[in-house]
Amino acid sequence: MHTLNGAQIIIRQLEQLGVDTIAGIPGGANLPLYDALAASTTIRHVLARHEQGAGFIAQGIARTTGKPAVCFATSGPGATNVLTALADAYLDSVPLVCITGQTPRALIGTDAFQEVDTYGMSMPITKHNYLVRSAADLLTIVPKAFQLAGSGRPGPVLIDVPKDVQTEMVSFESWWPDPLAAGVECSPASDAAQAITAAAAMINAAARPMLYLGGGVIHAGAASVARKLAEQGEIPTVVTLMGLGILPSEHPLSLGMLGMHAPRATNLAMEECDLLIAAGVRFDDRATGRISAFCPGAKVIHVDIDASEIGKLRSVDAGIAGDARAAFVALLPHIEKQPRPEWRRRIRQLQQDHPRFHPDDFSPGRPFHLIRQVAELAGPEAYISTDVGKHQMWVAQAYPLTRPRQLLTSGGLGTMGFGLPAAIGAALAHPDKPVVCFTGDGSLQMNIQELATAVEQQAPVKIVVLNNQSLGLVRQQQRLFYEQQYFASSYRIKVDFAAIARGFGLQAFDLDGADDPDALLTKAMQTPGPCLINVPIDIEEEVTPMVPPGAANTTMIGGSHARN
Amino acid sequence: MPATDIHNPSEAQPVNTAILRLTVNNHPGVMLQICGLFVRRNFNLEGIFCSAVDQGATSCIWLKVDETDKLDQVIKQLTKLEDVLAIEERPDARPGVSEMEAMMARIG
Repeated sequence: MHTLNGAQIIIRQLEQLGVDTIAGIPGGANLPLYDALAASTTIRHVLARHEQGAGFIAQGIARTTGKPAVCFATSGPGATNVLTALADAYLDSVPLVCITGQTPRALIGTDAFQEVDTYGMSMPITKHNYLVRSAADLLTIVPKAFQLAGSGRPGPVLIDVPKDVQTEMVSFESWWPDPLAAGVECSPASDAAQAITAAAAMINAAARPMLYLGGGVIHAGAASVARKLAEQGEIPTVVTLMGLGILPSEHPLSLGMLGMHAPRATNLAMEECDLLIAAGVRFDDRATGRISAFCPGAKVIHVDIDASEIGKLRSVDAGIAGDARAAFVALLPHIEKQPRPEWRRRIRQLQQDHPRFHPDDFSPGRPFHLIRQVAELAGPEAYISTDVGKHQMWVAQAYPLTRPRQLLTSGGLGTMGFGLPAAIGAALAHPDKPVVCFTGDGSLQMNIQELATAVEQQAPVKIVVLNNQSLGLVRQQQRLFYEQQYFASSYRIKVDFAAIARGFGLQAFDLDGADDPDALLTKAMQTPGPCLINVPIDIEEEVTPMVPPGAANTTMIGGSHARN
Repeated sequence: MPATDIHNPSEAQPVNTAILRLTVNNHPGVMLQICGLFVRRNFNLEGIFCSAVDQGATSCIWLKVDETDKLDQVIKQLTKLEDVLAIEERPDARPGVSEMEAMMARIG
């Protein structure tokens, strides 16, 4: 017989589920939980400086390990602050369990101090959520929340726990059996075998097939088998922003990222494909452009563990609702080896006509030069986080990503402020690996307070600020689509980020006006512990090519080799 | 829910609606889960009737859905809700639903 209060039950269950790190901030309504956490010998608490930071630190852990990570927040503003990180996790299918404090049950609905309807507010941005009504319910809810967050299409789960539920004593005989230990098998749909056969026949019959892979392939642990599939069928492959790393950028079949900021040759090749093999993707508008003009002549095979994604935006000729890894493993023996010389030749021609890079792109002081230099200094083992904006797209275009889960980036929600806390989370989960955060001056200012967390935790994150003193992508859109009426998109003050970082206790370097920026960058990257590197970037450096929002992917503006 | 002007349930019904019967966990948030899904996915909901069954452990929800062309998506999205235990398409229940609508109109 165990007798514990609700808060102790939660902490004991988190320990049993193997949680070793929790990011969060205490407050009035979750103090019992923190009281119980203080007694834990196996869980390390990471005190964030803002609940959104806590949510993104947990994301950094979850995105790099693939396992559910945990964040805590108090009621009211604690809960509202963490919502952005939950919405971000929801759109990128990241497994999170967020546990919030709530006002005591008797006060719910009375507009009590720090009371908000966390349950109602988190509903549309979580995979599932709970308002716990008795401490005994926690015995089933906590393990179930973990199972939900990590299984199927992963996602965030929120558990809102009133303060008096945290302190309520419960006596119980046994712990709920761990649903994770039992293993959650993703059973393939009953018509899967038929769909596999149909899909294989379509692949073998296709003259110009294209693999279109996204984050779901990474979640399914299917990157290596996807690569085998591409190689066996000689199928050119594009990835989404969330799929970067599935195929190394330099792989001969890799066409890089598709969509709004894809290489021209990639979007043009997609226009010509006759079969699209989509897996772990959701036909997001940033990837497809105007959907009615996307791969107009192609039949579509769509593999996704979320059945509602199949046919949601593009009708399919073969739909496989199931785990991408299982689907690829089943497909492989049926895929004929085909050299497809004409299709490969056509793609090579497109790539020759529209080279991905121009040698000038790599001149000193330009973004790609910096990104490649950092990549070399960080090494292939490094985890890379980005914030959101121009620097994010430059990293997506030019960083030599070689493995799944290497890149942490806010894809679906596009949350500025993601990069720094996510990098801290990655560093905590992988203390032996280098972690680099590419950020912009706009993005960094959205969660700059987490510099304190990085120092306090001694998370050795290298923060590279591509500083163009503006909201660069906004300014770029104003230039291209709003007759160069630049408004509210550049900052009128120059912030000394190096000085601010030093104020937080970081080492800091400023490449602005440096005699030998390369040497200084090398020195900075080799500095132990957390460190910030400010790099001035010309405000006119643009992300090219660009598909205007709402246009077809073949409508691409700009680029060193623009040829319309 | 519009109190539709169906005064004669025996008249031929429009065919652009579907009748769904859901079995859901019975707790205070479940109606919000269902209605919220319809709002955020931009699906039209014509009518909803909910009642506890099974000694209160579950509820039965009848939905009249004005989305025959998107019905597959509606059902798939509802299926994903953790609190939705079962979904049936029930065209056979249309007369019963019409009767209920007529009764609601009479109650005023």
